[in-house]
Amino acid sequence: MRDAISLVHALRDPASSATLDGAGWTQLIASARAEQLAGTLADRVRGVVKPRHADHLLDAAYASAEQGRVQALWEAEMARRALAPLGLPVVLLKGTAYVAAGLAAGRGRSIGDLDILVPRDRIDEVERALLAAGWEWVKPDPYDDAYYRQWMHELPPLIHRERDRMIDVHHTVLPLTARITPDAGAMLSDAVGLRDGLAVLSGDDMICHSAAHLFADGDLAGGLRNLWDLHCLFAEVATPALWERARMHGLEVAVARAWRLAGALYAPTRAPAQAGAQSRRRTARNPGLPPAREHGHMPDRLYRRRLLARDGWGRATRPVTRFAFFVRSHWLRMPPAMLARHLFTKWRKGHRASG
Amino acid sequence: MKHVHHVQIGPASFRIGSDWRAPIAQIADLYRDYPAPIDGVCDYTVRLFAARPWRRWVRPAITLGGDFTLPDAVPMPLDWGVLAAEMAMNLQLALGERRYLLLHASAVEREGRALLMTGLSGAGKSTLAALLATRGWRLMGDEFALVDPATGLAHAFPRLVSLKNESVGVMAQAVPDARFGPLLTGTPKGDLRHLVPDLPAIVRMAEPARPALVLYPRFGFAAAERTVPPSEGFVRLTQASTNYTALGERGFDALIRLVRDVPALAIDYPDTDAALAQVERLWAAL
Repeated sequence: MRDAISLVHALRDPASSATLDGAGWTQLIASARAEQLAGTLADRVRGVVKPRHADHLLDAAYASAEQGRVQALWEAEMARRALAPLGLPVVLLKGTAYVAAGLAAGRGRSIGDLDILVPRDRIDEVERALLAAGWEWVKPDPYDDAYYRQWMHELPPLIHRERDRMIDVHHTVLPLTARITPDAGAMLSDAVGLRDGLAVLSGDDMICHSAAHLFADGDLAGGLRNLWDLHCLFAEVATPALWERARMHGLEVAVARAWRLAGALYAPTRAPAQAGAQSRRRTARNPGLPPAREHGHMPDRLYRRRLLARDGWGRATRPVTRFAFFVRSHWLRMPPAMLARHLFTKWRKGHRASG
Repeated sequence: MKHVHHVQIGPASFRIGSDWRAPIAQIADLYRDYPAPIDGVCDYTVRLFAARPWRRWVRPAITLGGDFTLPDAVPMPLDWGVLAAEMAMNLQLALGERRYLLLHASAVEREGRALLMTGLSGAGKSTLAALLATRGWRLMGDEFALVDPATGLAHAFPRLVSLKNESVGVMAQAVPDARFGPLLTGTPKGDLRHLVPDLPAIVRMAEPARPALVLYPRFGFAAAERTVPPSEGFVRLTQASTNYTALGERGFDALIRLVRDVPALAIDYPDTDAALAQVERLWAAL
């Protein structure tokens, strides 16, 4: 397999994987591991007829994700305890939020760091409380540290040495230098409390946040998994107010793109060639159609090309496309003069570009 | 990838791909008596590749890749292809394995019962296991013992035995007819040579064994032995396991069962003959 379309097919239409032989499963699982989708794949293809050994492998991948879920929830609980004296709700983001809220996006999902959102004007207190509870700085470089503090939407990452787990404390949604400025205050005030004293974003804000990180910020690394999250969220938590909310956050373009691409790649009701929001099935919580798009088909094709750049050996492919998206992610994050200054500093300090 | 070999080693199967022909040819030859993966499905993918396209030909250097990788892998000379493949396979297991509790230990079996030997690098666990295999024991592996949390049984992982420095000569003398890989000099671990396990080890690799004794050997000291209590064994084995935490409660239960049910001894030995005599005596006294 030369790109990840087989993985996408298996997630969209699990029954289609019943035709795979041993070599096909080996390739599918290798690409799923590389895209951090092995547990999700295991969940999707459960019950599909396959070689017995493939079942063993996928069972192990799901068990591993389950263990990750337990660990992520424990880490969230640790953060809640550390921040409880401040009287703040700990608003969970991304993977931890999906499993804490019991959403479909969390099934089999691999979860890395703990991401939380706190009010920007309380950030110093939060930092002190976490340091007092055993978290430590990861980045010793003063430039990186100062850069984070001045420009980023989060504190420099902290790690808990005993548990070896990282926490990302966000105070806004996108970097302060980004051209789009979603309303983090509105997200916080509309957050939904969970039984155990933790909170998650409202369904529409979850979608906005996820789409912001996928399309308005990142270089689309891990994009297939993030798009799978969005696909699940659209089906499960979106409300008819989604588009208005996205417009308010300045994320209309990102959310609409997520809607189109998630539909094109993962919606099971139609073939990928006939992509288009119009045929998407309406459900009770359906947010309706996205606003008319202001771009032609071309940009979506490029995104699709980037999202699928993974072969059956788990290797990253299409280096030119990848590099273009890498450059784009920096372009979106900073104004040109600042980007030039940043790159010059990094280059002078001997940092190498990833790749 | 251009050059590929598939192999089943104990319960784990590998797909090894390479940008170069030589490492795959060597691996395919050394593993020629091993079966192909069950069902054709491979647990792990290993990639031996050139980090930059020109490094395929100009000062060729092998970078290790696979399903599970560590950052900052240092490339190796092309001549060390077998070592690269072995390291990459071990790494897949160490980072990715979730079905079995993985113990960094050598293992041998007799009459359905397993002897596990674990200790720091240089403690002699590989050499002892390889030598015991010349004296009526079945070699289960020199690097990892795989303990099934459901049954408590140890599963074999009889990959190539990795001999270092003096043990290269010791084994060449002990089993002159065995098959060896190329002698690799100047590796980070010194001189290194791979030994193909004997046929019984390969033919019977799917047979698990019940752990009957755990030994913590230490080379270079006057002969001595002492009982290791379960509490100490638990701590030592958590450190010897690469996936203990990742398995969560299953790992904890498997380890508790092992240290509670299986006697454990720390042994010091001055030379291999003394160690072999010690092992036989302790085994007979079980």
